[in-house]
Amino acid sequence: MAKSASARAASAKKAAPAAPPRPNRERPPEPERYQAGREELLELYKQMLLIRRFEERAGQLYGLGLIGGFCHLYIGQEAVAVGLQSALDDKKDSVITGYRDHGHMLAYGIDPRLIMAELTGRAAGISKGKGGSMHMFSVEHKFYGGHGIVGAQVSLGTGLAFKHKYADDGGVCLAYFGDGAANQGQVYESFNMAELWKLPIIYVIENNQYAMGTSVNRSSAEDQLYRRGESFRIPGIQVDGMDVLAVRGAAETVIDWVRSGKGPVLLELKTYRYRGHSMSDPAKYRSREEVQAVREKSDPIEAAKRELESLGVTEDELKAIDKETKAIVAEAADFAEQAPEPDGSELHTDILVGSY
Amino acid sequence: MPIELKMPALSPTMEEGTLAKWLVKEGDSVASGDILAEIETDKATMEFEAVDEGTIAKILVAEGTDEVKVGTVIALIAGEDENASDVEAGAAPAPEAKADTGAVEQPSDQKTEPEADAQATQVQMETGARDLVASAEKTEVQPEVPEGTEMVRTTVREALRDAMAEEMRRDDRVFVMGEEVAEYQGAYKVTQGLLEEFGARRVIDTPITEYGFAGVGTGAAMGGLRPIVEFMTFNFAMQAIDHIINSAAKTNYMSGGQMRCPMVFRGPNGAAARVGAQHSQNYGPWYAAVPGLIVIAPYSAADAKGLLKAAIRSEDPVVFLENELLYGQSFEVPKLDDYVLPIGKARIAREGRDVTLVSYSIGVGVALDAAETLAEEGIDAEVIDLRTLRPLDRETVLKSLAKTNRMVCVEEGWPGCSISSELMAIAMEDGFDDLDAPVLRVTDADVPLPYAANLEKMALVKAEDVVAAAKKVCYR
Repeated sequence: MAKSASARAASAKKAAPAAPPRPNRERPPEPERYQAGREELLELYKQMLLIRRFEERAGQLYGLGLIGGFCHLYIGQEAVAVGLQSALDDKKDSVITGYRDHGHMLAYGIDPRLIMAELTGRAAGISKGKGGSMHMFSVEHKFYGGHGIVGAQVSLGTGLAFKHKYADDGGVCLAYFGDGAANQGQVYESFNMAELWKLPIIYVIENNQYAMGTSVNRSSAEDQLYRRGESFRIPGIQVDGMDVLAVRGAAETVIDWVRSGKGPVLLELKTYRYRGHSMSDPAKYRSREEVQAVREKSDPIEAAKRELESLGVTEDELKAIDKETKAIVAEAADFAEQAPEPDGSELHTDILVGSY
Repeated sequence: MPIELKMPALSPTMEEGTLAKWLVKEGDSVASGDILAEIETDKATMEFEAVDEGTIAKILVAEGTDEVKVGTVIALIAGEDENASDVEAGAAPAPEAKADTGAVEQPSDQKTEPEADAQATQVQMETGARDLVASAEKTEVQPEVPEGTEMVRTTVREALRDAMAEEMRRDDRVFVMGEEVAEYQGAYKVTQGLLEEFGARRVIDTPITEYGFAGVGTGAAMGGLRPIVEFMTFNFAMQAIDHIINSAAKTNYMSGGQMRCPMVFRGPNGAAARVGAQHSQNYGPWYAAVPGLIVIAPYSAADAKGLLKAAIRSEDPVVFLENELLYGQSFEVPKLDDYVLPIGKARIAREGRDVTLVSYSIGVGVALDAAETLAEEGIDAEVIDLRTLRPLDRETVLKSLAKTNRMVCVEEGWPGCSISSELMAIAMEDGFDDLDAPVLRVTDADVPLPYAANLEKMALVKAEDVVAAAKKVCYR
């Protein structure tokens, strides 16, 4: 298992220059790895580290009973949200995802205290404590959630893209979903409309290789998920989702394409989640060796760290970043633990907007 | 200060476990994510991951130790500014691990033993769901069987599995399909062991494609098989509701009785613990509104078993609504070779003469709990467990009403257009002359289920409200 996982991760890298299925059809150019300067890479590194530390702490708070219900951690997948969202124009572009949403919010620079307070169900949480881990939103940041039903965000994201086109606001939508959701029917219904109407949307498949306990090969007849748009003439690109600069490079390429009005693109990011599907998943469907192998060989944060070192960033600087990140997370956790619960009157607010 | 590693709780109900194996030794440096140890309970073996970085300063509980109480400090980690050898085993006393009543399994869309965490201790999350489970735990129901029948204490989860296994042994046309039902052994472990016994031909993992596989199941039933389609939760069945209603429920009628759809759609329904608005709905009233469907929502393990067997044998499409909070609850189940119960028959869960409390599924526990409180106050409540929501057993309800002349409906679900509404209509239509007071309903609040612990508690149906309503209709 360990071998096959690392082999798969390796083949993901090699598979990147996918042969165009229809050479006579225009395709986005092959993405190139982003050339980041020292400061730029440091910023991406900091964001990934923040997500990692935040999620570890969230896991801890779950074990302490402070977070309830479902809690899906993003550990291992940090490079995806960070690499993609760093390329967006946050004044114009919109983002939507499923229930594994903490990382995407953090990558958008949303205050970790508000996210953690939502996880603990407090009034200060970004959804006033009413949503929880799976249901976080920030319209201010054009982050549209936070959806609990597998695949729902794909149609909803297509609707957000429809709005971008309708209002001619120059924005694009980034709709994230997993390899599991990639089998839902509404995904394909949406693909068809998006290409038909040339909607400005990037469909992002975060392929972490397991839909809960079911591996991609056990659930997908076409397991090269970037090809899933072919019959709708949506170009697909497969990217190493464990390399933040590869992700960023792909983002630049496809955002240019989509923003120029050429219609949707399907990006498949090959990634891996280290933890169980949710906090309560003992993850018996894969071996410890498989997880360890990815952690040791392909960890996105460790890779960025090595690259930073080669750019002359000192160990002391990295340590300082680590310390700073831990402090941010510790403060968020303290805040989330101490913030009061919502007032009882909130039970009946926000159901309808109007009064009738 | 060294960081104390405590024996983690692998589930909120776990009190102790075996520290099977250490994968690190004193002096090893560890980083977050490293596997430190393997811990075993009777249910599972879990890996114990580090969250903090540092050096293992001291291992306080040797591997192979049994009965390690949750919360016991099992090792100390020195942080990076500390010298591991300076760390003294200041062994903080282990917190008392006690099992509260109403222990709620951490909800999961897939399993029963939560992932352990390095710092996990026996701290239960706050949830209103615990009160629902507590009501079920402190009350008893007895199945109706001939005197002297041997009983076996069985969880609802096992009873459902046994029902499926027995019917699959009996009839090759019966098969199970759904997400994670085979290799994972069921998201909530209801299908545990079925793959092993019946093989991949009859226990089938599907992709996450509810609409698709509900249709595939329905088509297979039309073709003559007897599918059991499991939804990970009925919340996900909303993706597939078109096939349940338009394809399965109406086929027999539209074809003039030629084409049947003998199948079961089953899975957990209703609120679980702190899972938020999209994962916490009771679809009982939705499906019970549809002609052509049978809708069953059992409370006890015996009913779950007897009615699921009946559902699988039925010639009609059955929506079988289970309850996640009840899966781990144990009840007496008769030890009989073939325990099949009639569909469409309610059951008197407790006899009484002053007021009738009518409920179904987890609401039955709430009603029974309320009945005990009422008994202490001199009110003798009768509790009816509807068991089947469609067809509804009007006769049993009306008979009880004729005896007590007062009725309160208890429902873990929204109040509007609910089973309670239907019961009230029945009382008006056919029991009006027996009523000494208006029928009341006690339900969840009329809001999407909130995540915050305090709001969630406020939103869910409560025994104390049932007590108040019962007193009101008794003019007490």
